[in-house]
Amino acid sequence: MALFKLSINNRAYSADVEGDTPLLWVLRDNLGLVGTKYGCGIAQCGACTVHLDGKAVRSCVLPVSAVGKAKVTTIEGLSEKGDHPVQKAWDEVDVAQCGYCQAGQIMTAAAFLKEKPKPTEEEIVGAMSGNLCRCGTYHRIREAVKVAASKTN
Amino acid sequence: MSTLNQTSRRDFMKIAAAAGGGLFLGFNWSDTTAAPVVVDAKQIAAGSVKFNSYLSIGSDNIITIVSPNPEIGQGIKTAFPMVVAEELDADWKLVKTVQGKLDNAAFERQVTGGSGAVPHSWERLRKAGATARYLLVNAAAAKWGVPAAEITTADSKLFHKASGKSAGYGEFAEAAGKLTAPTDIKLKDEKSFKLIGQSVRNVDNKNIATGKPLFGLDFYREGMLFAIIQRPKAFGFKLKSVDSAAAKAMPGIVDVVTFENSVAVVGKSTWQCKKAREVLKIEYEKAADLESSEDHNRIFSNLMDNGEATVRRKNGDVEAAFKGAAKVIKAEYQCPFLPHSPLEPMNFFAHVREDGVELVGPTQTPDRAREAAAKITGFPTEKITVEITRQGGGFGRRLSADFAIEAVHVSKLVKAPVKVIWTREDDMTGGTYRPAVRYRFEAALDKNGEMIGYKLRGVGINSGNPTREDNFPSGSVDNLLIDSVEHKSAITTGPWRAPITNFLAYAEQSFIDEVAEAAGKDPVQFRLALLEKAKKSPAGEVKYDVDRMIAVIKLAAEKSNWGKKKGVHQGFSVYFSHRSYVAQVGEVVVEKGKPTLKNIIAAVDCGIVINKSGSLQQVRGGVVDGVGHAMFGNMTFKAGTPDQSNFNGFRLIRMNEIPEVDVHFVDNGISPTGLGEPALPPAGGAVANAFYKATKQRLRNQPFINEEAFKGIS
Repeated sequence: MALFKLSINNRAYSADVEGDTPLLWVLRDNLGLVGTKYGCGIAQCGACTVHLDGKAVRSCVLPVSAVGKAKVTTIEGLSEKGDHPVQKAWDEVDVAQCGYCQAGQIMTAAAFLKEKPKPTEEEIVGAMSGNLCRCGTYHRIREAVKVAASKTN
Repeated sequence: MSTLNQTSRRDFMKIAAAAGGGLFLGFNWSDTTAAPVVVDAKQIAAGSVKFNSYLSIGSDNIITIVSPNPEIGQGIKTAFPMVVAEELDADWKLVKTVQGKLDNAAFERQVTGGSGAVPHSWERLRKAGATARYLLVNAAAAKWGVPAAEITTADSKLFHKASGKSAGYGEFAEAAGKLTAPTDIKLKDEKSFKLIGQSVRNVDNKNIATGKPLFGLDFYREGMLFAIIQRPKAFGFKLKSVDSAAAKAMPGIVDVVTFENSVAVVGKSTWQCKKAREVLKIEYEKAADLESSEDHNRIFSNLMDNGEATVRRKNGDVEAAFKGAAKVIKAEYQCPFLPHSPLEPMNFFAHVREDGVELVGPTQTPDRAREAAAKITGFPTEKITVEITRQGGGFGRRLSADFAIEAVHVSKLVKAPVKVIWTREDDMTGGTYRPAVRYRFEAALDKNGEMIGYKLRGVGINSGNPTREDNFPSGSVDNLLIDSVEHKSAITTGPWRAPITNFLAYAEQSFIDEVAEAAGKDPVQFRLALLEKAKKSPAGEVKYDVDRMIAVIKLAAEKSNWGKKKGVHQGFSVYFSHRSYVAQVGEVVVEKGKPTLKNIIAAVDCGIVINKSGSLQQVRGGVVDGVGHAMFGNMTFKAGTPDQSNFNGFRLIRMNEIPEVDVHFVDNGISPTGLGEPALPPAGGAVANAFYKATKQRLRNQPFINEEAFKGIS
């Protein structure tokens, strides 16, 4: 066990855990930030996607010891009032069915649009195909990313 | 009867109180006889009245409605209140929804399964809304001194045209709460629906998009321990011995306990438990045959020819028909086991206390959990509460209670509140799969290409009856025999979204395509001719609505411009399942020698569409699910152990692999018939038949990706 100091959603946190504990489980079990979801544990589904210094990463395979001073953003901290353009687009397009994968989808989309504010459809599909949605809301995810892109420009 | 539990009543009262209590109506969406009743807030809070749903109208015009069924992504939490709000003429913007966490003593329809939630409750929800409206109108009539019949309502407002009087619902909520509800209430003419049929966004969108703790896995309790369980690694194993010394010495581990054939590592975090489980030393012994996929193929072949079959349906003289046939067509279709793969793995919280048991988690069948907990702990069922959380997908998996039962065992053994968490690997290798099935179809054609004989034998592994003997084409063929054989295996199976029909529909619709081709007929015309026959001179009982089936076939053909598109290979499929009718046309285009599924056009008759947005997504999602599993889904076994254990080995469809899905609803005014399942079954047939047109190769086994036609294509 060791004490890890983390910067998450612009707040300082500390967690006394083993260094190999994935960030995902520190967020969920130790810090009460349960918006980041567990889906597969092997970076195959994207449900656990968070931002590390603005880049989308899979928190299920990121040991807490590797986070260092990087700034972590989770779905809870993506916007103060839940009004990030991607979050708003998700509501406007009425994307969610069960909703479990959507936090990860939104985090992937938000990081992607920051890098590529005016993506083509092909680029959207390429960026989002790493995230699984078992309910099959892919058409609407694709649409919502387009809507978010159109609103941020 | 099922009633609302304390937490839900508390949640409901919180919102209702904030809205300034006025009218409270208790009603039962799962009871056919009882009419809605006016109650007071104290009675609800104290639990002295027993209803499974309530609605309140506050002095500030806020309408609060409890939505009953567990939400697993089928949109029920939005659709149910919409039905109430429609009859109430409520302004949807003023409606708040509370998820009812049911606590029923006797099982009724609180299961989310079989696409039955909406049709089951349709009329009762309407009555609740209509009753509340009636009370408001009568309260206003009394105050204004005008006849109730002259008062109209819209957007949560009351109007009296002659006197020019108007008021918001909130103004009369309290007065309405002092009236007695009528026992017989008149419902709206369905043609005058305003809210029903509109697109209404999911009421939980904001909570979902901001990461609020909604799901079972998100439930944490102060002092709660975590448990990760090692179950037998092969189906057919039983536990022989456990050496848990090393695991117990790992950091954060509180205890290692054993029950039945399971070993639970209990500790202070998920990760610590997971790591400690890896150092358990467990020996198993064989308790049943350890089957491999090759064994299953052998079993299928043997039972297909030699099995003792149970006859499911018989019409006419099949043997004579085949003897006199001008042409006989025969084909076999096979599907593998499938895990459900909901993205939220199984999990459950249990606290076995000295005075009772508390259960919290994502289950579609709380009563099974309760009854099992009663058996394990010895408490009577009334001492056991079950709280249902939102569920990260179900697909049938959460109809089983095994994970809740485990939580009860572990909590009882360690005497602490415990959350059992399944890893993805546990979830995928843990059983209750869609059963593996092989079908043999045979058709006899006369010299005119009429189908005069039809045979279907289904052989399933722990499948129960793998046929749906009264579905199409039964009723349309004079000589018909449908039978089945079941092999009992240690590999556990359970309902999987659209049970049995999730595979049967594809196999049957692909075979019908083969028969149509052999008869030299257009696949759509061939189906329509069979249905005309079922209508005019039915062979035995016809248990589906022929006209509704014909209507979706015609609509799909029309919307897809059937048979008239250049360079597009179309495949047709239609199926009646779970009370709805869905026809689909798959469209495959060959690009640079590679056939690609581009579109699915779906025509859907699920009766009245309640929420257009939700319904549209149910169909699209169902098609994506059907296409994805038909294309890629494969679970195989070696000596009782699944070969696939996570999404790296088990392939789920991704965004870059989906076809466009074009959805058309039939508008026929019939009461709604549910939509969680019916869009899935026809998808595989539409895809297989379209690929056949493009490649001239039949896809007779799932997953399609392993078929000859796809060799060299990824």
